[in-house]
Amino acid sequence: MSEYVQTPEEEGGNTMMPAPPALPGAVPAAGAHGGHQPERGPDTGGGLYRQSNLRRRSRNIRSRLAHALCALSTVIAMVPLALILFYVIYQGAGALNFSFLTSLPKPVGESGGGMGNAIAGSLILIGIAAVIGVPFGVLAGTHLAEYRSPRLSWIVRLLSDTLSGVPSIIVGVFVYTLLVLTFKQFSAIAGGVALGILMLPTVARTTEDMMRMVPDTLREASLALGIPRWRTITSVVIKTAGGGIMTGVMLALARIAGETAPLLFTALSSRTWPMGLDKPVASLPVQIYTYAISPFDAWHKQAWAGSLVLVLMVLLLSIGSKLYFGRKMQRAR
Amino acid sequence: MPHLARLSKARRSPITKTKSITANLRRSLHRGIRPGRGRLGDSLFAAAAFLAAAGIIALMALMVYKLMQQAMPAVEAFGAGFVTSTEWDPVNNNFGALPFIYGTVISSLLALLMAVPLSLGIAIYLSQFAPSWLRSPLGLVVELLAAIPSVVYGLWGIFVLAPFLGKTVEPFISGHLGGIPVFRGPVYGVGLFAASVVLAIMIIPTISAISRETMRNVSRDQKEAAQALGATPWETVKMAVLPLARPGIIGAVILGLGRALGETMAVTMLIGNSPKISASIFAPAYSIASVIASEFAEVTEGRHMAALIEMALILLVITLALNLLARLLVQKTGSRATKAKARP
Repeated sequence: MSEYVQTPEEEGGNTMMPAPPALPGAVPAAGAHGGHQPERGPDTGGGLYRQSNLRRRSRNIRSRLAHALCALSTVIAMVPLALILFYVIYQGAGALNFSFLTSLPKPVGESGGGMGNAIAGSLILIGIAAVIGVPFGVLAGTHLAEYRSPRLSWIVRLLSDTLSGVPSIIVGVFVYTLLVLTFKQFSAIAGGVALGILMLPTVARTTEDMMRMVPDTLREASLALGIPRWRTITSVVIKTAGGGIMTGVMLALARIAGETAPLLFTALSSRTWPMGLDKPVASLPVQIYTYAISPFDAWHKQAWAGSLVLVLMVLLLSIGSKLYFGRKMQRAR
Repeated sequence: MPHLARLSKARRSPITKTKSITANLRRSLHRGIRPGRGRLGDSLFAAAAFLAAAGIIALMALMVYKLMQQAMPAVEAFGAGFVTSTEWDPVNNNFGALPFIYGTVISSLLALLMAVPLSLGIAIYLSQFAPSWLRSPLGLVVELLAAIPSVVYGLWGIFVLAPFLGKTVEPFISGHLGGIPVFRGPVYGVGLFAASVVLAIMIIPTISAISRETMRNVSRDQKEAAQALGATPWETVKMAVLPLARPGIIGAVILGLGRALGETMAVTMLIGNSPKISASIFAPAYSIASVIASEFAEVTEGRHMAALIEMALILLVITLALNLLARLLVQKTGSRATKAKARP
């Protein structure tokens, strides 16, 4: 693909022969994933429809320029990622130690103190969210994949896609009006419900996709043994699709672990250890936010350390699930 | 072996009375007709699955209803003037949403301006130009941008990005293009521009991932046809890939816009939180999501809360509309690409 001239002479024999690129650093073929592309030989000249050298060269240069710009934008997008990771590790590692992970926050002016309660609170909130979001999401996904009712399915699918685009703060406002106003109490439950709603679309849609990949022959084999349909779904289909569903759940957990906005006025925050599910509870992201916008240097350091913990948590969940799923997919093939 | 034990009883089930077992099983697969035992379990399970699916619809409906109900006091008090008034005065109980709508829209549009060219470059590179061994690791790295929590973006924005913008980039632009009003005025670092830059970084993964997917779905014969005509790789992209992927790309951009409009924490920490409309993009501003985030928990007065909830409702309606539109566009590209593939 290094020369883009068609001449009548070339049409005959040379097309299938891969020719060495005429210019060093030539552009790789556009359809690189499609295997070998027949390459044109160097221009032998003299054709009836031959383009001028100048025009051909300018088209090649333009193509190479576009290629370079596209590669450049990929590199540019990585700069902020690298910078953020660098600063979080550099600033966070300095303030991170064992007591940070296990102790309560100290009042301003006293040194030390940590985010132990916030980490515990985050785990509680994620736990509540999983208890609500996973069964709900898996069942909804099961309905979409196994009981295909055309009228209901497309609207559920559309709405769950739409729900994933609803800003998380609005889910927070919704849960506030639904639970906090009703029970007149900020609580861990309210925070967990908000996070559970946020993980719903991811879990439902991955469950559906994964269950659809299970071949019908497995279902037929199970039904042919006289096994009721619901047992077929729970012990054959869900079991087969389990790895993929797990991946979706982990991705959803990674997403909600870092959510701050929906917790601001549902779980609120607290400077003590979690006191109960019906009481306000601290969480890592909210604590980071509070410390980051405070005017105190010591708190800023703690915010960086908290970010390091949070980023590690989220990245482990999301990279882990992706690698796991990648291996699964390869084995399936 | 409970399954085998059940087999003998299954023989008495209605399924054996009909002609073809296979046909029945197939039908049962598609219609949910239950063979033999376990009917109760089947109905219960089907009902649970149905309720969960219907629950998603109910949830969305309830969300819209609850916000409307709670926003009523503000709607009654301010009417349509709510969206055109620039006054935000909790002390005297006067509320107008215009500064927040302005801040939300301008910061999101600026973010799009920066993010769209980059994201399309990434999508084209990762779907067309990059060597195949590089594609998935690069894709993973770009997606990591989406995994970083928004509060961490905010923290980095406050302490690293905003000081950098305030000391170097903004004075530079202001010094050279100060003649244009949008670049005039004092620079603080924190402000509309800083918020837009962080928003742009945050929506790049959304836009690039979805447009990359639609570009990858463009059928290969289109590209091969262009190549056979002697097109360069870039001309192939321009002639065969981009036109076919266009609805999907537009859908991706709209989804990115939806994300930018609703993004809360990073914007709250960077936009400056001042409910004013100023000509300069370097000035502090406010957005709908960030005013909810910073004032909601401290509200004591009913009309103030109703005003905040009415803004949440406005934001919800806008993002719902954008998302529906985008999904339809992305689906349309998907079906068109598969149709092109299916053609002999």
